[in-house]
Amino acid sequence: MPMTDKIDQALGTQSAALAMRVKRQQLIASNIANADTPGYKAVDIDFRRALKSAVDNAQQPSTAAGAAAPKSAYAGISTQFRIPPQAAADGNTVDMDVERARFAENSVRYEAALKFLNGQIKTLLSAIQG
Amino acid sequence: MSLFKTFDIAASGVGAQSLRLNTTASNLANAESAAEPGGQAYRARQVVFQSAPLDARDRASAGVKVKSVIEDTAAPRRVHDPKHPLADETGYVTLPNVNVAEEMVNMLSASRSYQSNLEVMNTAKSLMLKTLTLGN
Repeated sequence: MPMTDKIDQALGTQSAALAMRVKRQQLIASNIANADTPGYKAVDIDFRRALKSAVDNAQQPSTAAGAAAPKSAYAGISTQFRIPPQAAADGNTVDMDVERARFAENSVRYEAALKFLNGQIKTLLSAIQG
Repeated sequence: MSLFKTFDIAASGVGAQSLRLNTTASNLANAESAAEPGGQAYRARQVVFQSAPLDARDRASAGVKVKSVIEDTAAPRRVHDPKHPLADETGYVTLPNVNVAEEMVNMLSASRSYQSNLEVMNTAKSLMLKTLTLGN
């Protein structure tokens, strides 16, 4: 197994998590931007399931080298609609408080993933440099 | 990097909300603009928002755009004020159909949404800057 594969393996989960956090940030930003759009349905992803499918996709052994293009990290992410606690008259299901809380939570978790990734890079670097 | 998409989404929100704030401002400014006798009074304008997917393949991340600006079709206010220079022969003045209380609510709502979108931008920016220092 080439060296780069091992590095990929070491960093794989955290970088997939980071990509997923970015995706989720986009979705929540969409919800916040569309807070006043009539009929807009708030969306989100099931993070645990999405990350699992992304990691599984990345770890699938390629059949022939270079034959199949690697699957995108976003492949298999299915967005889900939020269940609103209270229906709005215009059919919009965005609850600003919920969205802002989720956005803040997602940002903190993004930073956490960044920290973990940084730690892993440092570990690898010290292994390489001795 | 796809964090830039978050910027696009929040920017579309900021733009749409500022247009809404603009129409509210013009409605409030014209709340008392009387019409010439027999003429058309100013009509309150309202923006209609519509979600706008950033690209066709990924319909879940959507910005927002102003689909159209509509004019309120409600009848203009008619106020009895014979001394008003623009009163007609029966002594009535035609005033715009602007509902000031409604516009104030609109203004507050638009400004809060504007702020929320800005905050999204700020957070995305700080996360991006932190990402740039990865591995240092």
